[in-house]
Order: sequence, then structure tokens, then C-alpha cells
Amino acid sequence: MSNLLTVKDLVIKAQVHHPGEKPVAVTIVDKVSFTLEKGKVLGLIGESGAGKSTIGLAALAYGRFGCTITGGEIILHEQDILKFRGDKLRQHRGGQVSYVAQSAAASFNPAHKLDDQIVEVAISKGAMGRTEALKYAKTLYKKLGLPNPETFGQRYPHQVSGGQLQRAMTAMALASKPDLIVFDEPTTALDVTTQIDVLAAIKDAIREFNTAALYISHDLAVVGQVADEIMVLRYGKMVEYGSTEQILYHPKEKYTQQLVAVRSVFKEEKPRTKAEPLLKVAKVTASYDGKVKVVKNLSLELEAGHTLAVVGESGSGKSTTARIIMGLLPPSDGEIFFEGKRLPPKLKQRSKELKRLIRMIYQMPDVAMNPRHTIRDIIGRPLTFFFGTRGKEREAKVIELLEQIEMGADYLNRFPAELSGGQKQRVCIARALASKPKLVICDEVTSALDPLVADGVLKLLMRLQKETNVSYLFITHDIATVRAISDSIAVMYQGELVEVGQKSKILSPPHPPYTELLLSSVPEMRMGWLEEAISGRRMEAAGN
Amino acid sequence: MSTQLIRLILQRVALGVVTLFVISILIFLSAEILPGDVAQTILGQSATPENLANLRTQLGLDKPPLQRYMNWLGGIVRGDLGTSIVNKQPVAKLIGSRFTNTLFLASVSALIAVPAAILLGLLAVRFRDKWPDKFISATTLTAISLPEFFVGYVLILFFAIKLPWFSSLSTVSASMSLGERLHAIVLPCATLTFVVLAHMMRMTRAAIIGVLSSPYIEMAQLKGVSPFRVIFRHAFPNAISPIINVVVVNLAYLIVGVVVVEVIFVYPGMGQLFVDNVSKRDLPVVQACGLIFATVFIGLNMMADVLSIIGNPKLRYPK
Repeated sequence: MSNLLTVKDLVIKAQVHHPGEKPVAVTIVDKVSFTLEKGKVLGLIGESGAGKSTIGLAALAYGRFGCTITGGEIILHEQDILKFRGDKLRQHRGGQVSYVAQSAAASFNPAHKLDDQIVEVAISKGAMGRTEALKYAKTLYKKLGLPNPETFGQRYPHQVSGGQLQRAMTAMALASKPDLIVFDEPTTALDVTTQIDVLAAIKDAIREFNTAALYISHDLAVVGQVADEIMVLRYGKMVEYGSTEQILYHPKEKYTQQLVAVRSVFKEEKPRTKAEPLLKVAKVTASYDGKVKVVKNLSLELEAGHTLAVVGESGSGKSTTARIIMGLLPPSDGEIFFEGKRLPPKLKQRSKELKRLIRMIYQMPDVAMNPRHTIRDIIGRPLTFFFGTRGKEREAKVIELLEQIEMGADYLNRFPAELSGGQKQRVCIARALASKPKLVICDEVTSALDPLVADGVLKLLMRLQKETNVSYLFITHDIATVRAISDSIAVMYQGELVEVGQKSKILSPPHPPYTELLLSSVPEMRMGWLEEAISGRRMEAAGN
Repeated sequence: MSTQLIRLILQRVALGVVTLFVISILIFLSAEILPGDVAQTILGQSATPENLANLRTQLGLDKPPLQRYMNWLGGIVRGDLGTSIVNKQPVAKLIGSRFTNTLFLASVSALIAVPAAILLGLLAVRFRDKWPDKFISATTLTAISLPEFFVGYVLILFFAIKLPWFSSLSTVSASMSLGERLHAIVLPCATLTFVVLAHMMRMTRAAIIGVLSSPYIEMAQLKGVSPFRVIFRHAFPNAISPIINVVVVNLAYLIVGVVVVEVIFVYPGMGQLFVDNVSKRDLPVVQACGLIFATVFIGLNMMADVLSIIGNPKLRYPK
């Protein structure tokens, strides 16, 4: 059987313009080749900057932010699509190849009803009349498990949930009966319990309509569920290309092996002692507007030198919990104790000493640091503020901290923009630890990082805990991270505590229904997981 | 229509009424601090203090300002704009035909300028950074930089004097037919169009370009939607709110800010009436004109707010 899509020696370059310098061409994709048969799915996997989205968009002959395709060819139906211009190109985009973006919420036009956006392509390409297209759209809604398929499309994008919107976008991609769909991280922005439904819907749809697909993701476990073949990319170059089975079970390259390996970080659980807990949250309730309770009757305990992971999906109140403990959102009810003493609810009422002892690390290191400060200033500032350390003494302390985070004196004069994502987060960790805190609240600190980089950051956090006996309140939505680093776990759902306890107890059955759902929704690095998980789930969960 | 939407709209309306009340105070106070008064104007320089005092008592000018303000406001609430001091006619009658004339000129100018501005804005976006965009930007920028009296006199020079197609005097009267009226106002209308076009066109362009970087625009491009359809159907509805606002500010200007153009072309509108009566110190007329201008301005802005609210599907159809 002949190939539907052949990509040969694809080279894509981007103009990078640093202020004050001449623009330079940077190679984003370097001589990548692959073929795709009708009805097959190729997974493109890699970290950020691997060029996977760029390759996906190239299949639509589209380059983002000044990216230009400078070499190679992309053959679809024996025609080089890179030579298409004008009407022919528009006929190709959306007609033969369609695109499913990461954020459906941002990619649907807020001003038009879903139906109008979904049938637009089929009508404008002349493939169908409006009545026929609408009828077909309803068939698709039904196939993708959307509620009330008859009336679903009459809503505006803001009126449906994130998971439904992502499925609606898949319907939009299928509406023109394309030969190929490019899925660009379609489930990354979703909660795990939603992701599994969308993933199953996408997989069924691809099979049902016999469409070929490029499935782009940074999550190998997810790609493993839908792809027939997988290509591993790094820095724009192909690392490894093979069947899903081969990549998952017999990876040849070291980089692929690292990706496949389950987290290399694992912490033995510390047993609970009788000691007074360092932090005690007692029946705390809080709300932002005085009406809707975002956190309800929450109680937690954390011992010195331990890690408590607070896990939950978006809207579970876990970040609000962090804000309450930091004093940014005074609770309407309940109390917090730190080292046995009542903690003033408002940050303003807290002493400098308390502020020194409780510190926070944020999800986005980019926005948590002043871009105009050097690393020296960023790490040195708490030293001066809390201890009055200045001059040579401060310089020595900063270097010591930089060495602790495995960076060193070379970085003193750099600005945050000159660091990689992982390095930025390390600097934030050093800044938090500079004041010698007893409690550090980590709010999704590894969520914005690539898996291997995240692993490095977790290892660092654990080493520092051993050295300084600091306690972590670790807020995350990622079960794998929880498994790796916690001593105890608190599961939250819609502002309420589902359960709390030692890691070994929470992670072993029997579970309360929500914990069960959450744990069973985490993709596993093996083929056939999705089918097992879906069949194991009750049908009512599919309504989402 | 949701209750939330109705509440938002009612809030805007209430706010408009309050603003109008505050403005009525400001208008009264500024008329109050004008140097000289109508008694002085009527009697001239040679009037004796006794005569002046008598006339002031006769006209009710000797009462305390608060009482005069309350009388004036009370009249307005009942729909009575007062009586002109100088010629003893009801103010409403004086203003009536003038206001219609101003509205006529403003509406015709708006009917030309608003669609033209939006169309030029869309064209400028479609051919962004290419010659049509640069040409449109350069011409409109030039037009906005020239004072309107200059544009007016240049138009008179070329189209009334060198080429005697139109009259330099745009006199209209009740006996003229619609066609004659339209012919009479060609030049002032062109001047006004020139002046307001650039502002609206540039805002349309900027608002749409702001929306063009949204992910849903990229999505539309990836769906193979044609460039003009991307701009008109996908970008324009999301840029409508700032565009409505700038259109309304310009509509208000067409009614409120036409004094200069009316004077140049001797057009019998509100602006002329206003200027004449300021020099005569005929305060009831001046105050009534001011209040009408303010009402138009606030009303149009309120309309812009309401249209922006209605234009937002998130407010129209809550979850």
C-alpha cells in the first residue's frame, strides 16, 4: 500500500532576533523524515523545543512566528504540499489536513456558536451544504460522546467544559473528512480524569473514520496509547523512530530509555512520630468572594523534615490552601498552627521571623523572578533582608547556595532570561532556602518543566531536605510526582479533603471512589492501558 | 436576555442619569462665571447702575444662584427649557430647527464616514504593511493632522471658487427639498468626514490587529479560511467593542464639535446658535444648548457601553 504522507529531509529554520544583534537563522527541525499510511497514527514525542509542533504545522504548510520551511519535501497524495499557494493551499488546509490545538478554549472563536465554527470548513470547501454539514456534525458529536448531540452545537464555546471543548475541536477536525489530522498536545491542558475520556474518544474516532494522524505530545505514556509508530525527537533532530511496541519495550537510544524509565526518583516514606507537627491546619474554610467556599473544613498536619503532597485537579482548592498558609488569603473559619503556636491569619500580622521560616516556590519560575535582577541579586536579597548579610560575606553565601543547587559562581552575573527552565527553578529554590526556612510550600514547581528536567529538580529538593531537615508542602496534580517524593498525601476534590494519610496507606487499595478514579486515570507506560482503564471505569464517568 | 445583562445595562443607564445631573451643575456654574451679564449687553456701556439693577430684578437675575438653579432644573425636568432673555421666545422653539439641521449634517457625515472608516480599516489589516495599508495610513494621518478650518477653506477654494460646483455658504431652509439640502451640505460634510475618518479607521485597524494574534485566528488560518474572511468573520466580531467606542466618540463629535465647521460654512446649526448666544449672554439658551450637547454625548457613550455588553456572547449567554 502506498503511503499517504511522506516527509523527506524536512528542514525548518526560524529567524531569532536578539536586540542589538543581527538576526540569526536557527534550525528548529533538522532533516526529519518519516512516512505515514492511511489510517495509521504516528506519535511525535519530545521535550519543549524538540520541534514536534513545528513538524505538525508543517504538514499544513504553515510556519509559526517567522518559521520557514527551508528544505525537504512533504508529499501528500503524491503532491508536494510545500509548493501549494493561494486557493490550492487553502483547499489543502482544513480540507485534506486538519489541526487540533492544545488549548481548545483559546482556539475556538468566542464570538461564534460551535456549530458555525465546526461546519465552516466543510461548507467553504464545497464538500457539503449547510444542512448536510450540520447533520454530519451531529453524528460526530454523538461519536465523540458529547452530551445532547442534537443541541450541543448551538452553544458558545464558553458554555461547555474544557474536556467537551477538546472533543468538539476533534469534531471540527473531522468535519471536512480529512485524510490526516494533526493533534498537537490535545489532552495536555486537561485534568487526568478528563484526559482519559478525551483520549479514548480521539482514539475511537481515528479508528472509526480511518483517518491518519500525527499525534504530538511530551507524554510518552499518552502517545503509547494511540500511536502505531513513534518518533522521538530532541533539539529538532530525530533520536529514534520505530513501532510503539519497540519504543516502549525495547528502546535503543539512551535518551528514549530515559523517557521510558519510570521516575528515577523515589523516596522511602518516613514514619510518623509522636512529635508536635511543624504545621497544623485545623478545620480551615476560606472563600474569595465571601460566598463560594473554595476550601471547606480542611485539616492537615506536617512534621519537621517530612513532605506532605496535596494532590487534586484544577478547582480542587490546592493552590488556595497554599495561599491560606502563606497568609495571602485569611481563612473565614478555622486556625493554623506553626511550631505549636497559632499563626496570624494575615501576612501583615506575621513577624519577619515567621516570614523567614515559611517560604514559597512557584509554578512559573519565569514570572517569579525580576527579569532585571542578576542571579546574585535574586539569591542575595533574602540574605540581606533577613540576616543583614552584605558584601563579601553575602557573595560567599550566594556562591555556596549556587553550589548547593549544582550551578556555581559562573551564574552570578547572569539574568534569569539567560537560564534554562530547570535552572530558573533551581535559582528559585536557592532563593527560598537562603533564609533557612523550616517550611517551604512548593506550588506545582515541576509542572512547567520537561520530565527529565523535573526529575533533576525533584532530586535536588530531596537532597536539600536531607541536608537541612526542611519540610515541604508539595502541591501538585501529578500522581507520579506524589509517588516519588511524599511521606504523606492529602487528596482534595472541590475544596474538600477526600482523604489524608501516609503514602503507603493512600496509594494502596481500598481507595475511596475519587482517589480510585484519580489513580486509575494516570496513563501508564504500556500498550493497552487505555482500553483496560476505560473498561474498568463506570459509564457514568463518561458524561463529564 | 439574562438578568445579569439587564442589571449591567440598567447600571449604565443609572450612571448616565447621575452624570447628566452633575453636568447640569457644571453648566450652570460656568454660565454663572461668564464675565458680564445679559442686562449689561441689553443696555450697553452707557447704562447707569440703577438701570442695570432694575433690569436685573425684572429678569430675576438678583435671586440667589441656588434658587435660580433649582428653578432651571425644575423647568427642565418638566420639559420646559426656559425662555430666551433677549428675544423672549421659548428656548425650545429657538433650538428646534437648529438641532434638526445639526442632526441632519451629522447623520449624513456619519453614514459616509463610519462604513468608510471600517472598510478602510479592514483593508489596511488585509494588506498589512503592504502599500495599500501604508497609503491608507498616510492619507488618514495627514487628514487628522490638519485643522478642520484649514480643510474647510481648502475645499471652498477648490470646489466653490476654482470649480464652482458647490456654494461656499451651506444655507439650508425648511422650504428646500432633500436633494437641495444634500447638495448644500456637500462641503461641510466632506470636511467632517475627513476629520473623523482617520480616528475610526486607525482604531479599527489596531483593534483587529490586536485580535489577530489570538490562537483562534491561527486556527481559522489552519482551517484554510480565506484571508478576508479571517479578518471579517473571525477577528472583527471580537474587536467590535473598542471599535464601537471610537465610532461613538466620533458620532458625538459630529454633533457636539461642529461649531467650527458650522461657522466656516455659515450652516444654521446648534453650534452657531450656541456661539451667538454666548456673546449675547443669553444664559437660558446657552445652558439649554450645553445640556443638549451633554445629553447627546452621554447618551451615545451609554449606547456604546450597552452595545459592547450585548456584543459579548459571554454576557448574552451565561453558562
